[in-house]
Amino acid sequence: MAKALAVKHKPKKNYRLLLMVFPFMLIVLLFNYVPIFGWIYSVYDYIPGVPLFECDFLGLDYFKLIFTDANVLRTLKNTAIFAVINIVLTPLPMLFAIMLNEIKNGAARKFIQTFTTLPNFISWVIIFSLAFGLFSTDGMLTQAMVNLGITDEAKSVLSSKESVYWFQTFLAQWKTLGWNAIIYLAAIAGIDQEQYEAAKVDGAGYFRCAIHVTLPAMLETYVVLFILNVGNFLNTGYEQYMLFKNSVTAPNIEVLDLYVYRIGLENMDYSYGVAISIIKSVVSIALVVFANLVAKKIRGNTVI
Amino acid sequence: MKKEKIKTSPSRKIFQVFNYLLMLGITLICIYPFWYIVIYTFSEGSLVDVNPPVLLPRGFSLANYKDIFELNGFFHSLFISVMRTVIGTVLSVLCCSFLGYLFTKEEMPCRKILYRFLIMTMYINGGMISTYIVIKSYGLLNNFWVYILPMLISAYNIVLIKTYVEQLPQSLEESARLDGAGYLTVFVKIILPLSKPIIATIAVFVAVGHWNSWFDNHIYTRGDENLMTLQYLLYNYLNEAQRLADQIKNASANMAGISDMMSSISPKGVRMTITVLASLPIFLVYPFMQKYFVKGIMVGAVKG
Repeated sequence: MAKALAVKHKPKKNYRLLLMVFPFMLIVLLFNYVPIFGWIYSVYDYIPGVPLFECDFLGLDYFKLIFTDANVLRTLKNTAIFAVINIVLTPLPMLFAIMLNEIKNGAARKFIQTFTTLPNFISWVIIFSLAFGLFSTDGMLTQAMVNLGITDEAKSVLSSKESVYWFQTFLAQWKTLGWNAIIYLAAIAGIDQEQYEAAKVDGAGYFRCAIHVTLPAMLETYVVLFILNVGNFLNTGYEQYMLFKNSVTAPNIEVLDLYVYRIGLENMDYSYGVAISIIKSVVSIALVVFANLVAKKIRGNTVI
Repeated sequence: MKKEKIKTSPSRKIFQVFNYLLMLGITLICIYPFWYIVIYTFSEGSLVDVNPPVLLPRGFSLANYKDIFELNGFFHSLFISVMRTVIGTVLSVLCCSFLGYLFTKEEMPCRKILYRFLIMTMYINGGMISTYIVIKSYGLLNNFWVYILPMLISAYNIVLIKTYVEQLPQSLEESARLDGAGYLTVFVKIILPLSKPIIATIAVFVAVGHWNSWFDNHIYTRGDENLMTLQYLLYNYLNEAQRLADQIKNASANMAGISDMMSSISPKGVRMTITVLASLPIFLVYPFMQKYFVKGIMVGAVKG
């Protein structure tokens, strides 16, 4: 009865609903769409305080500048290095999940899972502070290295240009490994136990069970996440790199996002900053859409 | 079926031992940095300056915590952090769930277009610089609401809620509607109570995001010390310390200037203590909320 009524009411539009949605849509418009119109700043030589249309019109000059700017090339290279390392390391959470699944003691397993997931919810500022406490020149680990005679002088990894890539990768893995493993643990939990029984009947040991039953069950999740990672190639974020940037690490740690921040908000060169981020947005939207299409082909539905 | 014990081969045993050690090792690496700052803050300042603690505090002193309570601005920034977390989470969860509910109403005119308008924000945004210019032009610089408004409506969370509400039984709502209840009444009296699990999940994520964020403080409200959040207070102390380390490295020439800075800078203990206090809420909340955190990634994955 109720259902029939609902069906009958369906075509009748209720304009009060539009009124209720309106304030929320206004907020979306103001904070998500108006900034996109701000892209127009990139074709003017915008000076803060001067009305936009009184500024010099430059056309595509800033966009041409991008292709000759050595800093764009350098920060793009850094972005690519971090992205490639990330992509190469995508199997880690899966491996971690398989290994964790082999811990059969429930309490130990819970303990490990809880504490490896926790860092994901800790802010980068706090992580920076932890790293500073341990790795700065007078930090615990740096001092310990000297005391144990591993290094001659206290040299901080935080101010080493050469260590940037592996050290930042280590920190990012420290933060996210346990969290990223959860989705694989769920995939393992979803495996039909009969598959294991069948494999065992066929004479497979633990190791072969892992290879032939556990691994294939996770492969789809893995492929989808891998493709999404590729799609997010340029979106490395900036929080981590901004915090760990200092005069020594700067050349290697500055990623494209961070460069945009420096140009736009530190040097106040709004127009050029906007121009770089437009190019970045266009390329990364294309990448994400492409990745999404590929993932859709594999999984049969969209990922994002 | 009874678990058929596979013959525990020696190689299997070796693997188990190795696996336990590896997992516990990873867990220790995740916990130790936190443990280190805790023992540092409870140590006697004069003892740990040159010789950092390793496993247990050196001496025992509450001086660091006493200093913090006398530290200018600490309580105020704590207050701001708590306020933004509470207000931001409550408002965002209410807005997103109400909007998610409204979007399940087929009688809404232009529902599909409006919904797409919302979903698009997950893919494109204006970028950091144009968002900054726009927020500046709204007069939101150095305004508390800049913490709340841009994060108020999250398309992703709305998708999660809409999907959840859609699979709730329709009959309750319909009978309430027949009794003359409006959308708002139905939302408050029926939808909210029924959607508790998904709302709790989302609330946890939004709250952690608010508590951890510092970058909006850095770019939008740097000019007003009264709006400083705890994370940003910590960021400032760390930045000071990092600059000092930089200068010591770069210029041994101007020693006088450096020792001037040394004496004006906050002691390491203060930094560490703020770090402990800023991570404390996450540690306190996490054990109770872990199931929601895990659920969060699962709904995301299933919804996809």
